[in-house]
Amino acid sequence: MGRFWSILFLMVLVGGLGTFAVAPVINHWLPKDVSEHGRAIDGLFYFILGLTGVVFIATEGVMFWFLWKYNSDSHSEPVKFTHGSHSLEIVWTIIPAATLLFIAIYQMNAWAAAKMRKPEIPPTLEVTAHQFGWSIRYPGTDGELGTKDDIYLENELHVPVDEEVLLELKSADVLHSFFLPNFRVKQDAVPGMKIPVWFRPKAEGKYDIVCAELCGWGHYKMKGQILVQSRRDFDLWLSQKFAEQSAVKGPAAAGASEE
Amino acid sequence: MSSITIGSQAPAHGHEHGHDQAHAHTASFLSTYVFSKDHKVIGIQFLFSTLLWFLVGGLLALAVRWQLAWPWSDVPLFGRLYAAEGGQMAPEAYTMLVTMHASVMIFLVIIPILAGAFGNFLIPLMIGADDMAFPTLNMLSYWFMWPAFFFFGASFFVEGGGAAAGWTSYPTLSSNPPAAPGSMSGQTLWLLGLTFVGISSMMGSVNYMTTIIQMRAPGMSMFRLPLTIWAMFITAVLQAFALPVLTAAGFMQLMDRELGTGFFTPEGSIINNTISTAGGGSPLLWQHLFWFYSHPAVYIMILPAMGMVSDIIACFARKPIFGYKPMVYSIAGIAGLGFIVWGHHMFVSGMNPILGATFMVATMMIALPSAIKTFNWLGTIWGGKVQFTTPMLFALAFVSMFIIGGLSGIFMAATPVDIFIHDTYFIVAHFHYVLFAGTAMGVWGAIYFWYPKMFGRMMNEFWGKVHFFLTFVFLNGTFFPMHVLGAVGFPRRLADPYHYETFRHLQPMNQFMTLCAIGMVASQIIFVVNFFYSMFFGPIAGRNPWRANGLEWTAPSPPGHGNFDFQPIVYRGPYEYGSPETTEDFYPQTQPPPDNAPPAPPGGHH
Repeated sequence: MGRFWSILFLMVLVGGLGTFAVAPVINHWLPKDVSEHGRAIDGLFYFILGLTGVVFIATEGVMFWFLWKYNSDSHSEPVKFTHGSHSLEIVWTIIPAATLLFIAIYQMNAWAAAKMRKPEIPPTLEVTAHQFGWSIRYPGTDGELGTKDDIYLENELHVPVDEEVLLELKSADVLHSFFLPNFRVKQDAVPGMKIPVWFRPKAEGKYDIVCAELCGWGHYKMKGQILVQSRRDFDLWLSQKFAEQSAVKGPAAAGASEE
Repeated sequence: MSSITIGSQAPAHGHEHGHDQAHAHTASFLSTYVFSKDHKVIGIQFLFSTLLWFLVGGLLALAVRWQLAWPWSDVPLFGRLYAAEGGQMAPEAYTMLVTMHASVMIFLVIIPILAGAFGNFLIPLMIGADDMAFPTLNMLSYWFMWPAFFFFGASFFVEGGGAAAGWTSYPTLSSNPPAAPGSMSGQTLWLLGLTFVGISSMMGSVNYMTTIIQMRAPGMSMFRLPLTIWAMFITAVLQAFALPVLTAAGFMQLMDRELGTGFFTPEGSIINNTISTAGGGSPLLWQHLFWFYSHPAVYIMILPAMGMVSDIIACFARKPIFGYKPMVYSIAGIAGLGFIVWGHHMFVSGMNPILGATFMVATMMIALPSAIKTFNWLGTIWGGKVQFTTPMLFALAFVSMFIIGGLSGIFMAATPVDIFIHDTYFIVAHFHYVLFAGTAMGVWGAIYFWYPKMFGRMMNEFWGKVHFFLTFVFLNGTFFPMHVLGAVGFPRRLADPYHYETFRHLQPMNQFMTLCAIGMVASQIIFVVNFFYSMFFGPIAGRNPWRANGLEWTAPSPPGHGNFDFQPIVYRGPYEYGSPETTEDFYPQTQPPPDNAPPAPPGGHH
């Protein structure tokens, strides 16, 4: 039976590798990346996948081989009476330590790009998460947020392609998380905080906005859409929205100015 | 009562306690089996209670899996309890199920089964003591679990249902009653239950530390302790230092809810059309306090299993553990580093990203002691004579699965990758590989291994192996695909993820996983039958059925009150299998060295 169980443990290796080989083929894999910094994150993902893959193959393979070779049904030699090896311990302490330290340093740049080096531009828009939707606000013609001519939208976000987008993320009630799978962007929205989020879209199209932090019973349906458009289409759309909203607000705004 | 056979007093030792007959029968029954101060009875009480909750937690998980495979279709069994209309699951019931599955599994199963059941049963036996240092405190540590059982259990039946803010209970969802149906009384009961689990753990922790330091048998130096005991000791230290923070945080949340203190609520939140009156707090404060406990708690949930697995592997490889001292130091290293990595749960929380980078480095480094442990387990198998018994299979599965759980941790330790996989099924895969495929495998191994000591009879090996095979196959079928779901970005805790374009095509995979999960839970019927049948009809075990070295195997099975019928004196460490000093392939810790042996026996040192 020792052989049977050894092979069962080999199956962990075979099944594990097999799953990761098949997954991309059947499209159970990283969704299409449409942001500039997504490339760095995906690259890091593949780098760690390769590294851990090698360690996985080595350790699971060694485990299988030891079980196969040293099983008591067939192995008749006396056991190796040893309490360990000082030099081996040093080797398998220093090599992983160096590797882990390398990963830690290697990834710093991508982290800084995604969360520390905030672009020096005025915010493109503001997103306020609430139970259960995304309130989106663009600056009006004055180009400033928080003024009377702001443009309001719900669950629909438009951004121009190939331009840095800076948005301010807020929450009205509980924690939410602004997750754009295709942009490799995720940031919790925290009540009482205004958190900057930035990315640079590189392909036009329509993508999902997902809430990734449990926010109550309707968490699952807190769905939004992000549209990446050419600068021309984006400007056109924004001016249309501006016109629509000033038409609605028009009389009230006019009335206010008369007084 | 069936519990007669599970007590500490085997019939063979009954005559030693003849004086008990002076008491009324009911009083002696109560003090022997119910309010017992005997560490073995308390351990077995913990074992039964936690296994029962394990079943509850498993069924909650199946209901979650059902919804993910066939959203909004009638749920068998659970449908009647949590139906919105007909047998369909309501979305708030789904969030409650994920919350309570995790809460039950973590607070009522994993933590108490490791420290409560195995810590209690094994510590005095393995160090050669007659009982714990504080038997009354020990008894109380079990009975303080009951209010927790009650509060968690009752929360399912109050208005709004059980807690539904996730097992992490992040404010302001959890701290503001209007925020969610489960944030009404359910959340209060959850916090009260948590407090009692904490009190119970704290009592156990103080007791374990004292017992291990003070009550070791003559000759049992710290570096002759089995790794199980080292792991229990360091776990107890972790509990003692981390738990007060969680208890304090729990009370703060309770006050936010009941008195409107606003520790975790900022100015001007409008939750469910209710303006919160309090302000000046921060939701991030809770996250820091919660994870300051709950990250060390992750190690509380695995270190004892690592210890027990080490003992089982050495026994069935018939070989000394490889690198005993590095094993001890890496347990200590995990515990030490475990206190400074909590921020890795908060990389995208809004915490200062520079602080995130600091936590990232510490987190990378904590992978190191885990790697060292894995290499030493493999080194232990190398050159041995592996016996594929049921406990050994589970212990080997622990190692094999822990490799997966450990490696997937590196992805999320890398902060930029974590931005993408945070709160996705990649995380769910990771902690199920550590806690289910790891700890639960270790626990099953430990049950099969120490069962003869607990009940004096052996469990059936054939059915044990069938149980192992099915559990092992189904668990990988359930949890391994979660890695690739995570790679798509598939988020956790969504009652219906399929209305997102990005995730629509993942439903068939989820159906496959659910079928595996059902198979996995169904396989446990074999375990339950084997467990109870063997208690009455299993072959008599004798003192040392596995030919193992530990002190517990020199005591009668089951040990009577006071454990040992002789004074154990320890001559060496517990892993001297295959020593050239004896003709047998094991060398019990109590066996005196032969006269011609070198004056200082190795005793586990090298």
